[in-house]
Amino acid sequence: MYKTWWKILAAVLVVYTAIAGLLLGVPRMAILNETIRNLYFHVPMWFAMVVLFTISVFYSVKSLSTQSEADDIRAVESANAGVIFGILGIVTGAVWAKFTWGQFWSFDPKQNFAAISLLLYFAYFVLRNAIDEEQKRAKIAAIYNIFAFPMMVVLLFVLPRLQDSLHPGNGGNPGFNSYDLDSRMRLVFYPACLGWILIGYWVYTLRFRIKTLENKHNTL
Amino acid sequence: MHLAQQVKHLIKKEIILEWRSKYALNGVLLYVVSTVFVCFMSFQIIDKITWNALFWIIMLFASINAIAKSFLQESKGRQLYTYTLVSPVALIIAKTIYNSLLMMVLTVIALAFYCLVFEPNKDIDILMYLLAAVLGSLSFSTIFTMVSAIASKTGNGGMLMAILSFPIIIPVLIVLIKFAKNAMDGLDRSVSLDEIGLLALINVMVMTVALLLFPYLWRD
Repeated sequence: MYKTWWKILAAVLVVYTAIAGLLLGVPRMAILNETIRNLYFHVPMWFAMVVLFTISVFYSVKSLSTQSEADDIRAVESANAGVIFGILGIVTGAVWAKFTWGQFWSFDPKQNFAAISLLLYFAYFVLRNAIDEEQKRAKIAAIYNIFAFPMMVVLLFVLPRLQDSLHPGNGGNPGFNSYDLDSRMRLVFYPACLGWILIGYWVYTLRFRIKTLENKHNTL
Repeated sequence: MHLAQQVKHLIKKEIILEWRSKYALNGVLLYVVSTVFVCFMSFQIIDKITWNALFWIIMLFASINAIAKSFLQESKGRQLYTYTLVSPVALIIAKTIYNSLLMMVLTVIALAFYCLVFEPNKDIDILMYLLAAVLGSLSFSTIFTMVSAIASKTGNGGMLMAILSFPIIIPVLIVLIKFAKNAMDGLDRSVSLDEIGLLALINVMVMTVALLLFPYLWRD
């Protein structure tokens, strides 16, 4: 494998969180009960998604100034990987919601806004498919990506705080930090975040390399 | 030419062109009036929440129709000619200011007509509602102008315009509807300060990003 050490670290961390997350002790909370363990799987998905989308915007900015094809592929493949994590985040959240709030989809602001921010990226992919010419596609898609990113930040980090939500950390509720994250949970939660972010980055580099090879193969 | 001078001339050009044909003005007014009539026929009496939501839905589609034409309907030749004469920054500023002016006029007329057909809530704070309408038309204009510039570059702009702009406008619309609802219920004005601040912030952000990105976009 190419540059192995952080990939092994990612795998070890995720395996550790899967085992320790299911076996180690957690605080006893009403309603949440044992579902609190989903924190180790649900929240890291969103961290990984935001990191991947940030990488995507970074390479979009870069591709505008360098006009290089590699930067464009990096931008689109990290957005692709980010969307996978976004969908996983919504699915893990929906399962959690079913067992704590009673329904898979409770029309909670955060659920809705997460879905809308995924729509932004689907629109980005539709825009890419609408343009045939490669250089033009790279440029216009990069512009839309940069234009949409601040809106995603508003959707995910600003608006939910202004509305009443069932999620902890919104509408005046304390964040999950003071809410239930005791020291035992921190031992699993932080490694889980790091592990999933690294896995996400790994998925993105793999996709980037496959896409580059495909392009090379097609031009030959 | 100096930037301010260029912006002034471009706005003047847009206003003269619009005044000759009155296409957008009359077209959108007719659109709003007929939509309000269709709603009146089908609803007869509506409650408070529907009154507010309906107004913003009508304004959303009216403004997409009005602003989509700002880049989509300009001929390639005229665009090239404009690009040789003025700087891209002046062009996007002028288009945004012109669209905001047009939308403000349209929104105020539409609001007056809407109140005529559907009786508003008795407690309505009409000045605040007007402020919401003005801020709304401003936000619609800044966002849709840039999206219309992006969509016009793809060739098949009409459908892409809706796909690209809806996910971006939804956060703005959520804040607007909340702000407008506060005004409609006649709540104390200090309640809506958060929303006004957020809308202003979003507008400043969108304008900054648009100013930075448009010079990359117009060069073909």
